[in-house]
Amino acid sequence: MGASVRNFLLEGLFRKPLTEPAPGASEAAAQELAQAVDRAARRRLGRSLSIRQVDAGSCNGCELEIHALNNAFYDLERLGLHFVASPRHADVLLVTGPVTKNMREALERTYNATPNPKWVVALGDCAFDGGVFADSYAVAGGVSAVVPVDLHIRGCPPTPTQILEGLLALLESQETQPVTVSR
Amino acid sequence: MEQRFMSSRTLVSAQDWQAAARSCAAGDKTLVALWGEIGFVHMALCAPDGSRTELISCACPDGTFPSVARIHTPADRLERAITDLCGLRPDAGHDARAWLDHGRWGVSHPLGARGPAAAQVFYEFLPVQGESLHQIPVGPVHAGIIEPGHFRFTAQGETVVRLEQRLGYVHKGIESLMAGADIARGAQIAARISGDSTVAYGWAFASAVEHALRLDVPPRARYLRALMAEMERVANHLGDIGAICNDGAFALMLAHCGVLRERVLRTAAACFGHRMMQGCIVPGGVATGLDAQGTAAIRGLVKEIGEAFPDLIDLYDNTASLQDRTVGTGALRPDLAARFGAGGVVGRASGRAVDVRRTPGYAPYESLKFEVPVRAEGDVNARVWVRILEVEQSLSLIGQILDALPAGKIRVDVPPVKKECEGFAVIEGFRGDVFVWLRIGADGTILRCHPRDPSWFQWPLLENVIKDNIVADFPLCNKSFNCSYSGHDL
Repeated sequence: MGASVRNFLLEGLFRKPLTEPAPGASEAAAQELAQAVDRAARRRLGRSLSIRQVDAGSCNGCELEIHALNNAFYDLERLGLHFVASPRHADVLLVTGPVTKNMREALERTYNATPNPKWVVALGDCAFDGGVFADSYAVAGGVSAVVPVDLHIRGCPPTPTQILEGLLALLESQETQPVTVSR
Repeated sequence: MEQRFMSSRTLVSAQDWQAAARSCAAGDKTLVALWGEIGFVHMALCAPDGSRTELISCACPDGTFPSVARIHTPADRLERAITDLCGLRPDAGHDARAWLDHGRWGVSHPLGARGPAAAQVFYEFLPVQGESLHQIPVGPVHAGIIEPGHFRFTAQGETVVRLEQRLGYVHKGIESLMAGADIARGAQIAARISGDSTVAYGWAFASAVEHALRLDVPPRARYLRALMAEMERVANHLGDIGAICNDGAFALMLAHCGVLRERVLRTAAACFGHRMMQGCIVPGGVATGLDAQGTAAIRGLVKEIGEAFPDLIDLYDNTASLQDRTVGTGALRPDLAARFGAGGVVGRASGRAVDVRRTPGYAPYESLKFEVPVRAEGDVNARVWVRILEVEQSLSLIGQILDALPAGKIRVDVPPVKKECEGFAVIEGFRGDVFVWLRIGADGTILRCHPRDPSWFQWPLLENVIKDNIVADFPLCNKSFNCSYSGHDL
């Protein structure tokens, strides 16, 4: 290990952590989820979610803020949320963008490749209803025009805190239900 | 005038059009943009140093135009896009495959004489022949959190023999949405062409409008625009430096760069009300001012990054395992960078010393001191280094801007449009030169707007640099280019 790597690691040991307390779960999101998430699905998943992100036509603004969730301030993984590389490993599809017609099939195939139980979170104003791109010949509409959506997180782009609030509501909607362990 | 550009667009004959293409091929000119509309194709070219941008047009009464790509290869994808969007065909296109149109829009030639949808044709990748070759299809949905596109690798063992890209997946019909929009809505759309360059696009769009309307912007607004642009550059370069190292499995760098990037975004939110400063630049000036508290916050930011950054540079430079991945990897030849007019870091890491802030230059940069860092090696390491040096330059620029920030208004009203007019602008974004051209009708609506992302000329070069590298080095090459999908697909 190089001297500079050692210095960085050593300093990291003595510095106060940058990570901030997690925000509370968003109430609006909790309400939307209360209707959407079924109990059986909640029982089967623990308090941990694997997220597969799909850019279905975004301007890349939402992706940048999703990236920010992994930085030291938000540290998404401490909350049991982590991003996975394949829909086969995912509980949640986090979809951004107005769904472009050129991405429609890819989104549908990704959705079909995700095992049940699964949730779809539509992230950003474009994913809600197409946003500023809604009237285009090249846009299918918001995410719900293509696959069923369980939760919308609005914003252009939503801030990392807003994204966390939404995702935490998703986690809590599982937690509040009694978990039965079958033997 | 804020922009030192000539506004004239000249209608030329087919012969002169081809002569322009030949001057690009000969290296006397650099192709800036190539786009179409009903009955015409337009070309923007500049001198190899980025100065003297000129616009020429060629009539295509029978729906065809003299091919530029036949003479000058970098025009290839631009011509395919013209055919897809406008229905105009090059007289001798050397690649007849559709580019943006995947046969799913329900309409053909959305910017031309609209017709029924093109049939969905099987997209044929170029044939590759040789012993023990295998193909690796990647995308459009990628493993990471990035934009969608398709990469078709042909490899022999670990070595990439050819990469062919297929893009267009995030085509949103932006040019079509622009047509008929008023200026305010046009600015909203422009701010969402490429989310990471929202300041650069906001500025380029606003400047094009101001150029068309001969509108002068208050000096304070010019400085605030440059302030935002430099903050955007710092944020993106920090993100890229971290992400490139992370693709070399060196996560420590990403963690530290991520902290600094977040500081920039939070400062931007505190000062201008939006983490990415989206919508903060508007035609006529800027939407939000900067108070003493904001100035202090930005000075604090510059100080913090200025203190933390040298250790990170040291870390990058002294980690042999990381250098092993970046040095010599994905080298872009200077002659190719020049021929494609590769803007931004990609060009400057391969000896193309072009930065439109310097030449032709625009306010307020002529009053500020900065260097344009250039490297000759063209590898991943050179692209990291140009970013590092540009962060340092931008921090210095931010300090100078705050020192010299003129007092006064930050915005003037956009006057009512009286007659049809045209304008264009080129702004140096973090990725390179962002070009926006537009025509505004007598009723104040946008008749046609063409934004050209620097990625158009960088994507094809990425295909070239990965050749003879190993598959595992593609993420490093790709991230060190960091081309835009959304800005390219429009």
